[in-house]
Amino acid sequence: MNHSENSLHGLGAEFSSPSALMHAAEKVRDSGFRKWDVYSPFPIHGMDAAMGFQRSRVSLFSLLGGITGLTTAFVLIYYTSAWNYPLIVQGKPYFSLEASMPIFFELTVLLTAFGTIIGLLLLTLMPRLHHPVFNWDRFKRVSDDGFFLVLEAADPRFEKDASRRFLEELGGTHITEIHQDADPFPHPARPEAKGHA
Amino acid sequence: MRADNPASQAAFAKASEYLDRKPLVSNRRSLSWITDHVCRIVEQPAPRWWWIATVFFGAVAALTPAMLTYLVSTGVGVWGLNVPVCWAWDITNFVFWIGIGHAGTLISAILFLTRQKWRTSINRSAEAMTIFAVICAGIFPAFHVGRIWFAWFLFPIPNANAIWQNFRSPLLWDVFAVSTYFTVSLIFWYLGLIPDLATLRDRATTRLRQMAYGILAMGWRGSNRQWTHYEKAYLILAGISTPLVLSVHSVVSFDFATSIVPGWHTTIFPPYFVAGAIFGGFAMVLTLLIPFREIYGLHDLVTDKHIDNMCKITLLTGSLVGYAYSMEFFIAWYSGNPYEIYAFMNRAFGPYWWAYWAMITCNVIAPQLFWFKYCRQNPWVVLALVMFPNTGMWFERFVIIVTSIHRDFLPSSWGYFSPTWVDITLFIGTIGLFVFLFLLFVRFLPMITIFEVKNVTPEADPHHHGEQDSHGHASHPAPAKAHA
Repeated sequence: MNHSENSLHGLGAEFSSPSALMHAAEKVRDSGFRKWDVYSPFPIHGMDAAMGFQRSRVSLFSLLGGITGLTTAFVLIYYTSAWNYPLIVQGKPYFSLEASMPIFFELTVLLTAFGTIIGLLLLTLMPRLHHPVFNWDRFKRVSDDGFFLVLEAADPRFEKDASRRFLEELGGTHITEIHQDADPFPHPARPEAKGHA
Repeated sequence: MRADNPASQAAFAKASEYLDRKPLVSNRRSLSWITDHVCRIVEQPAPRWWWIATVFFGAVAALTPAMLTYLVSTGVGVWGLNVPVCWAWDITNFVFWIGIGHAGTLISAILFLTRQKWRTSINRSAEAMTIFAVICAGIFPAFHVGRIWFAWFLFPIPNANAIWQNFRSPLLWDVFAVSTYFTVSLIFWYLGLIPDLATLRDRATTRLRQMAYGILAMGWRGSNRQWTHYEKAYLILAGISTPLVLSVHSVVSFDFATSIVPGWHTTIFPPYFVAGAIFGGFAMVLTLLIPFREIYGLHDLVTDKHIDNMCKITLLTGSLVGYAYSMEFFIAWYSGNPYEIYAFMNRAFGPYWWAYWAMITCNVIAPQLFWFKYCRQNPWVVLALVMFPNTGMWFERFVIIVTSIHRDFLPSSWGYFSPTWVDITLFIGTIGLFVFLFLLFVRFLPMITIFEVKNVTPEADPHHHGEQDSHGHASHPAPAKAHA
């Protein structure tokens, strides 16, 4: 396990178009790779299936947020109007569903939005300002018109030479080794610190 | 269908010119052309006109804090409102600004859910407009409470009086609706900005820009493991923003509709307010977009078709508003309630007749010109015409608010409201603030959603193999050609 192997994040390849990238992704999926990703300037329709993804779980966080919001609204209104300081207003009951509807709705929406954004950040592991792919010069074009596929060294199927040939067969160009920043104190638990020479 | 003789071929070509959908990005621009064209607005040194405009509107915007300081230090009496007209310009301006915001959310959420792909090049600036309009709106009710230092009583925070808020009050619903609307709009806008901020980060030439856009982009790298969650989150936010935007102006209308004031106590208010908000909002989107489209040469992204579509929505919602005006009159007559009938007769023919007929001219009559294709196709005619809804929607709120309460049940308490110079200067100040914020937005953030516009180009379609246009991908053979 020498240092240069240890710092290898993966092999990156560039593709010419969304369709080329998608066909490559289908083949990588079928070859059994687990740690790999494609990068594009915009979401490509059908890429989730091409990569073999399940439905995104962001909606679960939204649902939890929504339930929290509705519960908060109910507890807030019931506690303040009917429990902590009951006050007769306009001769109406202390608590009634009809008058509570607008605030039920608003707080449900508000906390659904919070849940969605928290779910997104958790599932995409953002914010993460640093990533090995940023060490690749060509990768700057990912937010312009570049389409990239990266096979990560952490995948058990990854072998430097075989994976390079695989990317060539898929039609990838500019195949490049992507290295991590030299880390003076590698964390033993971090998966990318383990070499797969 | 396609015959061989040249005459029918010419007829076919002419027909398909009308029948074919116009592309959403004109002149088959490439992906990097789109990136360049949008980013360079932010990246090139600010043009001279931008400095002049920003300093001017910044100075006008400074009138807002100046007038508010004068108001707070002197007392709310410096405004022209008094019994019986206790809601006047402040609430008019509040409803006016909050209504303008609605077009932004409509474009970003409802047109997204209905898969109207033309929204992509206008949604960013429309959403920015929403946020700035809601900021302007929020100022008015906050200061209308009179003792601004007690404005925190609006929120359910335990206080020394031990009494809680009245959750039956539509004014409290408004607090929740408007603050939720602002927060969710901001989240939605920022979510949409993330991939474009990454574009600006990757193109940055200075360390400062790279750091600033890099931190804002939160390390976005366009990975499909990010896109899959991103798209889901965007869909959900669009899904909840849709009922939210309809609810906000409905709740605003409850401020009036749940009262017993003749002219306010009507069930038509929620849909009528929402239609009016979309009407005024689209007019404002057009007002902002047409000049910037000309200045920055964005004709290929914000095409004539976009303007045409927005004019049609303005026409539709303007007609809905016109219907609501007449239906209000009909219901007032049909109710047989003399106070209700009087309120409406007074609206049209009383002391505020000039405001009412200004409203009718601007909101009902002027937009009817959008039936003519010429009026929708010429951007300068459009710009001139949308000034009518911009003005008319302010008059609508003024008419609804002031004419309904200046003569209530007892003639002894009738009055006539006139604004003071503070009312007028504060409103001008918020217009300055709105334009000032929009100028800053155009300068520092991409005013067109780069990644979404790319997504509606033919190149972005994974089933597109480049056989239709000249800039196809040479490296990828076109299988469709073999059996064409």
